[in-house]
Amino acid sequence: MTSQQVAATIDQPVRKARRRREGEPIHKVIASWFILVVAMAYFFLPLLGTLIFSFRDRPWYNAWTDTLNDPMLWKTLGFSFLIGAVTIVLSIVLLVPTAFWVRLRLPRLRPFVEFVTLLPFVVPPIVLVYGLVITFSAPPLGLTTTEQGSNVLLVCAYVILSFPYMYRAIDAGLRTIDIQTLTEACQSLGAGWPTIMLRVILPNLRVAILSGAFLTMAIVMGEFTIANFLARQGMFAVWLQQISGNLAYQPAAVVIISFGITWAAMGVIAWIGRGRSSKVELTGVR
Amino acid sequence: MSYLVLTGIQKVFPGGTVAVQDFNLSMERGEFVSFLGPSGCGKTTTLRMIAGFEIPTAGRVVLDGRDMTDDPPNRRNVGMVFQSYALFPNMNVLDNIGFGLKVRKRPQDEIRKRTLELLSLVHLEGRENRYPYQMSGGQQQRVALARALAYEPQVLLLDEPLSALDAKIRVSLRQEIRSIQRQLGITSVYVTHDQEEALSLSDRIVVMSDGNIEQIGTPFEIYNKPATPFVARFVGTLSTLTAKVVDAGVGRVLIGGQEVSSGHRIAASGTETMLALRPEVVRLGDGGGSNRLTGEVLDVAFLGSVVRIRVQLPQDSGIVTLDTFNDPTTPPPGLGNPITVSFPPSALMPLDAADADRIFAAEPI
Repeated sequence: MTSQQVAATIDQPVRKARRRREGEPIHKVIASWFILVVAMAYFFLPLLGTLIFSFRDRPWYNAWTDTLNDPMLWKTLGFSFLIGAVTIVLSIVLLVPTAFWVRLRLPRLRPFVEFVTLLPFVVPPIVLVYGLVITFSAPPLGLTTTEQGSNVLLVCAYVILSFPYMYRAIDAGLRTIDIQTLTEACQSLGAGWPTIMLRVILPNLRVAILSGAFLTMAIVMGEFTIANFLARQGMFAVWLQQISGNLAYQPAAVVIISFGITWAAMGVIAWIGRGRSSKVELTGVR
Repeated sequence: MSYLVLTGIQKVFPGGTVAVQDFNLSMERGEFVSFLGPSGCGKTTTLRMIAGFEIPTAGRVVLDGRDMTDDPPNRRNVGMVFQSYALFPNMNVLDNIGFGLKVRKRPQDEIRKRTLELLSLVHLEGRENRYPYQMSGGQQQRVALARALAYEPQVLLLDEPLSALDAKIRVSLRQEIRSIQRQLGITSVYVTHDQEEALSLSDRIVVMSDGNIEQIGTPFEIYNKPATPFVARFVGTLSTLTAKVVDAGVGRVLIGGQEVSSGHRIAASGTETMLALRPEVVRLGDGGGSNRLTGEVLDVAFLGSVVRIRVQLPQDSGIVTLDTFNDPTTPPPGLGNPITVSFPPSALMPLDAADADRIFAAEPI
């Protein structure tokens, strides 16, 4: 046996031991893997079933070609993305200064603001949209009487739905930087509030805002109740529900495509997050 | 006319906590003044009132004849260096240093030139493209110093800038800060709880306690002529001794049953009083002065070139600490051995609050 082979033989158990966490009993490792496999199966099996079902059409790729050639797919996706983008911009404009100010100057208000941002979890969308319609459809606003008015109402409803995700993401981002000292440093260097927000706070919240933005986009893409109630037929979820009533295999392909888009978005978050996270770390003493 | 004047400054926080009261200070242009005191004494609050981060409850802050008490921090033209560096994590060194100049909308060429000048001043040439997380604590604090100086502020404020650094870097960086301050002639206020830092850096020191100024003076005055018992206790090492007054008129006292001269008129005869000694005025043996005390060696500590010996005096009257230079040829005294120390009468400082006003200000006998 050569010295290299000897070294490899000695190294093998060492490497195995390192693969398991040091000193961790084997049954714990097996249990961890078992839980992981069950969780993955729980998540992926329905998707796999949907994917297989989408290939049952004749010929097998028919549902996919019909879906990809359907102009409504791209139209509804485009409109939903537009509504999602406007929702994200509005949420950022509303929530970044709010979260920043609460952390900087009004920390006692934090529990109250957190409670308000969690309300969308408590109030069902049907109740929310009913309240919005009753309040804003009457004169003088009459928002539901026009297409643009309904779109505005839809965006407002989605901004409210995005509160828990967006606020928490921004708040978590603010927690990783010492905003008090950074703000004071900016002020001592002569900067006013717009400069502080645009050149220091926002760039350092980029990853947090991106996380919140993608979650918001995912909500907008999948939300059905409010869009349907406001008769927004151009929204992706409403169109998906409509074709589900008439077609068998095409909706399955649409679902897989929408999952693909969501995962791609998550991948973008992870990629951006990995590249920037270390730069966002607070330097010095906390 | 003084350059930076703080008159009757008071700060009361909501809830009634008085952080600073009746703070008066006049600083000359180019002066380096340190605020020294324990945590919670109001030194940082005072600095923050100069910076504009806190608004005084009463009093005025005047800089070069301009009352800036009510000005927001970004209109004060005051540079600040923070304990936590506070560099912008999303910007590299060049952008961090140039931030104040960009805010002031200076031309790009000027910003670059000035930034490189300051990089060279803080000895960080070649590191302009690094991000804060790629630098050590000492380097980050140099960048923070350069950033605070880049736009030529009228006053430089430093809030415990070296507290987060290790001992060796702290010493080298404090010398560098002082050298840069002298080179630029910038008026500076330095907050610290480290007496060594304050003593080695400052033209003058403001010693604070419980929101009040205890003493303002040069490092020499603060150390050698403390104005209050607090200053005497806080600055430097102090041996506190319990003494019984034998003759108040001539300042004779008994310490551990041994009569010595206090050099001052003190409390009435027959009463007990507290006296203090600095370690450097006490000598081993008889050569240190006319006062002599005998006790037992309690412990011996090597501090490099200096050996610190603590001597327990009889009747629990106190422990005398003395510093001697390390002499490799002479072994230190053994623990528990009897030992005599000596010092001049003027070295005994009174500490009793009742005596303090009278004695710290009093003429020696």
